[in-house]
Amino acid sequence: MREKILAVMEKNSRIDIKDLAALLGESEVAVANEIAEMEKENIICGYHTLINWDNTSEEKVVALIEVKVTPQRGMGFDKLAERIYQYSEVTAVYLMSGAFDFTVIIEGKTMRQVAQFVSDKLAPLESVLSTATHFVLKKYKDHGTVLCDQIQDERMLITP
Amino acid sequence: MRNPLSEKIVTIPPSGIRRFFDIANSMENVVSLGVGEPDFDTPWHIREEGIYSLEKGRTFYTANAGLRDLRVELHNYVKRKYQAEYDPDKEILVTVGGSEAIDIAMRAMLDPGDEVLVPQPSFVSYVPCAVLAGGVAVPIDLEEKDQFRLTPEKLLEKITPKSKLLVLPFPNNPTGAIMTRPELEQIARIVEEHDLFVLSDEIYAELTFGEERHVSFASLPGMQERTVLINGFSKAFAMTGWRLGYACGPEIILKQMLKIHQFAIMCAPTTSQFAAIDALRNSDSDVDHMRESYDQRRRFLLRSFEEMGLECFEPLGAFYAFPSVQRFGMTSEEFATRLLHEERVAVVPGTAFGDSGEGYLRISYAYSLKSLKEALGRMEKFIRHLDASV
Repeated sequence: MREKILAVMEKNSRIDIKDLAALLGESEVAVANEIAEMEKENIICGYHTLINWDNTSEEKVVALIEVKVTPQRGMGFDKLAERIYQYSEVTAVYLMSGAFDFTVIIEGKTMRQVAQFVSDKLAPLESVLSTATHFVLKKYKDHGTVLCDQIQDERMLITP
Repeated sequence: MRNPLSEKIVTIPPSGIRRFFDIANSMENVVSLGVGEPDFDTPWHIREEGIYSLEKGRTFYTANAGLRDLRVELHNYVKRKYQAEYDPDKEILVTVGGSEAIDIAMRAMLDPGDEVLVPQPSFVSYVPCAVLAGGVAVPIDLEEKDQFRLTPEKLLEKITPKSKLLVLPFPNNPTGAIMTRPELEQIARIVEEHDLFVLSDEIYAELTFGEERHVSFASLPGMQERTVLINGFSKAFAMTGWRLGYACGPEIILKQMLKIHQFAIMCAPTTSQFAAIDALRNSDSDVDHMRESYDQRRRFLLRSFEEMGLECFEPLGAFYAFPSVQRFGMTSEEFATRLLHEERVAVVPGTAFGDSGEGYLRISYAYSLKSLKEALGRMEKFIRHLDASV
């Protein structure tokens, strides 16, 4: 049942427990318990809203930063990542395979703010060898959802 | 001036679905549970193949029977999924939707007066196609007490010395009924004894729920040589608008079907055929995903019916439910018409699929959860109102 709950909730975290239970053919109590259990086990780590900020008056700048580091003795990647993800500007940190080590995603109000974070906070970290900052120009699709257009049911009302 | 029309065509009534559509279409703010097609777009990788074939300038006719590559893939697919093996060169024909296959199968097999046994409620085309082919349609009225499955008794009751062809429309539109292997085996024995042929319309084969997986009638011992198996891309791969189906069957029948197809159609759309090759090769995970999604909505719908006090037997195939409205003392047509006018919900009266659909509605659940909730909310209001006024 867990995988099925997660598959539905990943796309729609606001679904009523009642509806979710009906979709899965389970009782509401069983579904509610399973969700509570998964929250406790840190399988469900949060509920967020997918916002297309471009359609608001709010200014936002998002940058993706490739970071190369030298892991130091007694301080593997995890410790380094922690020093980076503690900053509130950082929205995501991933350890990567390939040409660089971390992908760091940063959100700021202006480009200057993001640049300042990189030059004042991120680059000077002892183990950081280099950074490459890429600004996001436009988001087309995020979390599996296409942001630009509204989906409409174009089928005829009744068909055989 | 003489009457320009054929007497035969004039006597065939237009589809009841069409009439209802015209009414619904003239109204505003209608939510529909009336479609007989998937709510998914065709998976992108399939559409992309279609686009690519256009870019490459593949805009020519194909072989009458369809692209050979497609027929080879169909051979593989039908063997893998339904345990029946057909020669891609002689026993597989690519058609313009399953509908064309139904038409030309009947035309290839029927002589004037031959009787076609048509279990009903079922898809709207069988009877008109049988009549146009010169046959005589003999409806077999299926019942809810049998879960709308074809029983040996009901079949035997309608067999006469003129019976030639039996239509097997399972998984069923509009009831959502399926047939299990033991039940089909009983039918197969009767088919053999009475020397019948079978048109097995398995267009919803990918969509069965619960424990039972679809069993193709052609895969039963001795039945392949008596069966024209009809299937298509519309429901399994969400490709209704591509108009692509296929027929598999014994060479002796397919050869004549090909002849009609050759003169009447030439070949199925080339772009669709190229896209279909990719659909057959690379869509297992898409199909699984769609099936699971329909299944969830099926359960949601049944629970909603239960809550609003609408009786419904459990449909195990296709994407329809067939609830009973008998307790309201109205005909299907009256109920559906009032539901449309009073709450602006479009559903199809069961009678559009044969007289034995009287007392039922066809409800499609190929809709988003949001649309389903809106429509079912309105239905519940309507039923509460009816219950209160009794």
